[in-house]
Amino acid sequence: MTSMINKAQGLGLSLITRLAGSDVLDQLKLRKFVEKSLYQGSKAGFRALTQTQKAFKPKQISQQRLPRQQKNLFDLSLTEEQQMTSEAMSQFAQEVLLGLAHDADQAAQFPESLWQYVEDLGLNYYALPEALGGVATEQNIVSNVLIAEKLAEGDFSLTAGLLSTFSVINAITRWGSAEVQSMYLPCFAEDADITATFAVQEATPAFNPYTLKTKASLENDQYFIDGEKTLVILGDLADVFLVSADFNGEPDMFVVQSNETISIKNTPAMGLKAAETATLRFNHTPALRLGATDFDYTAFLDLGNLMWCAMAVGTCEAVKTYCIKYANERTAFGEPISHRQSVAFMIADMAIEIDAMRMLILNAASLAESGKPFHREAYLAHLLCAEKSMKIGTDGVQILGGHGFTKEHPVERWYRDLRATAILQSGLHA
Amino acid sequence: MNLQNPKKFKMMIDQARDVAINVLRPISRKYDKAEHAYPKELDMLASLIDGMNEGGEGINAGAAGAGKRGDTDNEGIRNGTNMSTALGIIEMCYGDTGLLLSMPRQGLGNSAIAAVANDEQLERFKGTWAAMAITEPGCGSDSAAIRTTATKDGDDYILNGEKIFVTSGERADSVVVWATLDRKLGRAAIKSFVVPKGTPGMKVERLEHKLGIKASDTAVISFIDCRVPAENLLGNAEVDVAKGFAGVMETFDNTRPLVAAMAIGCAKASLERIKEIFKDQLDPDYSTPYLHASNLTAQIYRMEAEWEAARLLMLKATWMADNKKPNSKEASIAKAKAGRVGNEITLKCVELAASVGYNEDELLEKWARDSKILDIFEGTQQIQQLIIARRELGKSSSELK
Repeated sequence: MTSMINKAQGLGLSLITRLAGSDVLDQLKLRKFVEKSLYQGSKAGFRALTQTQKAFKPKQISQQRLPRQQKNLFDLSLTEEQQMTSEAMSQFAQEVLLGLAHDADQAAQFPESLWQYVEDLGLNYYALPEALGGVATEQNIVSNVLIAEKLAEGDFSLTAGLLSTFSVINAITRWGSAEVQSMYLPCFAEDADITATFAVQEATPAFNPYTLKTKASLENDQYFIDGEKTLVILGDLADVFLVSADFNGEPDMFVVQSNETISIKNTPAMGLKAAETATLRFNHTPALRLGATDFDYTAFLDLGNLMWCAMAVGTCEAVKTYCIKYANERTAFGEPISHRQSVAFMIADMAIEIDAMRMLILNAASLAESGKPFHREAYLAHLLCAEKSMKIGTDGVQILGGHGFTKEHPVERWYRDLRATAILQSGLHA
Repeated sequence: MNLQNPKKFKMMIDQARDVAINVLRPISRKYDKAEHAYPKELDMLASLIDGMNEGGEGINAGAAGAGKRGDTDNEGIRNGTNMSTALGIIEMCYGDTGLLLSMPRQGLGNSAIAAVANDEQLERFKGTWAAMAITEPGCGSDSAAIRTTATKDGDDYILNGEKIFVTSGERADSVVVWATLDRKLGRAAIKSFVVPKGTPGMKVERLEHKLGIKASDTAVISFIDCRVPAENLLGNAEVDVAKGFAGVMETFDNTRPLVAAMAIGCAKASLERIKEIFKDQLDPDYSTPYLHASNLTAQIYRMEAEWEAARLLMLKATWMADNKKPNSKEASIAKAKAGRVGNEITLKCVELAASVGYNEDELLEKWARDSKILDIFEGTQQIQQLIIARRELGKSSSELK
């Protein structure tokens, strides 16, 4: 384990060195982003794991909104920045996440060593607007889903954990009122230790995110939250929560800080184990309403679902890669099992459906960042990804046969994690 | 990153849709019933389309537009003829797939000419309506095993053999025939020849009676000592064993996305109709979570998701062709996905509409018959899976058979 961590830290540095030497950095304003993340990364010292209540010092800022992107031609090519980020995330996934995933799943614990990388990767600065010291100058929803996809090639649960704070910053930047933004965005920019997550799922069969049992109330200009949320990613570690609650019969989003009105129970699930899923009980917890007049609950859900969908695609890529290697090495009846059409066609179908899912996600993400309606596209993407990613998950175990059923191989973990794609509604944010 | 249809094709798409609704749909059932009757209404339409194409970016209703790779002198990203042709085909097949396949001068043979002909041949065969003859009674998917021979004799080749499933084989001006120069040399020796209609020794033996696309004639053609000038051999006459089959197969990289576009157009007809039939039960805003939607609604949403996936995969393959990116795998992925999804959707729509869908009063049952061929010709579902699997697994055709 120690050697793994050393190796991982070595990689983090080499990644950054490689980025720093790159010519495209200056062209793309990326240098500022990398240097900033390096500065922040080295400034942050040893991180205590015991959750202490953070004091948030609000700093008055004007309401931030990132501008939309303009599009014209049909174009699937990535910008240089997107290529570089994708490559870096992919390498990080292969060399760090993939190696940590098995033990993290077994221990049902998000590895401590990963926190350093959250800072090294500079994810928060990706999400933060330029005015607050980040690098976001326009809506980058395509880039965000690409980050999610590439990281999830390493591990689904660890990616969920890595992206929860990033997602909360995205959500606050996109939807937050001036009050919420003033309270939190400067803190996220200055203190890389702050972690945040979503509390949106409820323990209701066939959970409908438009019908919430958790209630918000307003007393003397102060909102309060009462109710229970489940499948909260890294719930035990978060300083800030975005909570969905019914307010006057309508679903809405609220921001709460970790405090004594919230009680926590670990609730391990079929998968997502490394994300330390928990159930939170809010007992008259003081809250701020997240949104301003432009808040759109459906778009809020969609931008979360797209992240899970993109992660499902990344994990399906991992399944396919693993199955190809296995099917080419494993022999039966005197030749590799990949020489049998029954096996080979399963892999062909994986390739077809992975690309199919990716196209739907990118279409929705691209519409979203250009300010066009994208709910239909996001709905259809979620529907397709829910079905196809699980099919790939189950076929992955099938190709390995009995071996796939054991913990000797990662396909059973991917199988458990991929079941979440259909179930989660929001919980991250692009 | 943008996956929306480019604005510059909007007018062309709208025109194609107008044609589909006002020209093709009204005669759709007529030629489904009158199998083998020539749809004379198409002559005028074809001339109209030719005229529009002379003027620039018109509808490429068929395969002729494909194969033109992107211009070399143009910097940056292109949305070119492969994509516009596919977008036109979607709309035309939304009208009628059989009639699209019968469009004069838009045959798959034209696609082969566009893809492999040299400049002199391109000029000489300009304006011809070329059908494509590959399949034989004893070989279908294994096109490398064809038995039709081409024997060099002076300045000519002499063709002998029998071809089946030749779309527009009776109506076209010429047929692009695949034949082998030497069976011992395998696939490398397979070349394609343009054989003009009326060449002595070439005879249309009969027309098939089919499950669907009845408006399109499907011919059996025999070649008995059929003499063709050597300059009608498309591309290079050398037998390059190293390069092998690649030359002929290149055509498929361009035509498979177009057949995918046909499947998408055909399924679009069914999907739109079924949404119209159930409009009072559907939620146009997609505001009901999937788990809470009625079974009927959920099935329609699911079809829509699959249809969108097929459509975008197809556009990806054409986008790659327009931008000179190798797209063999993506062309097969598009064809495999669109073929299966198109068939599934058209059949499901008949099921959902029940007797209304099964009766001939509606076109739903016709579209369900038409769609089947689109998962078969230009490489069956299983052939596409083989191609994709070989690429993914790094296997040769002798290993993964």
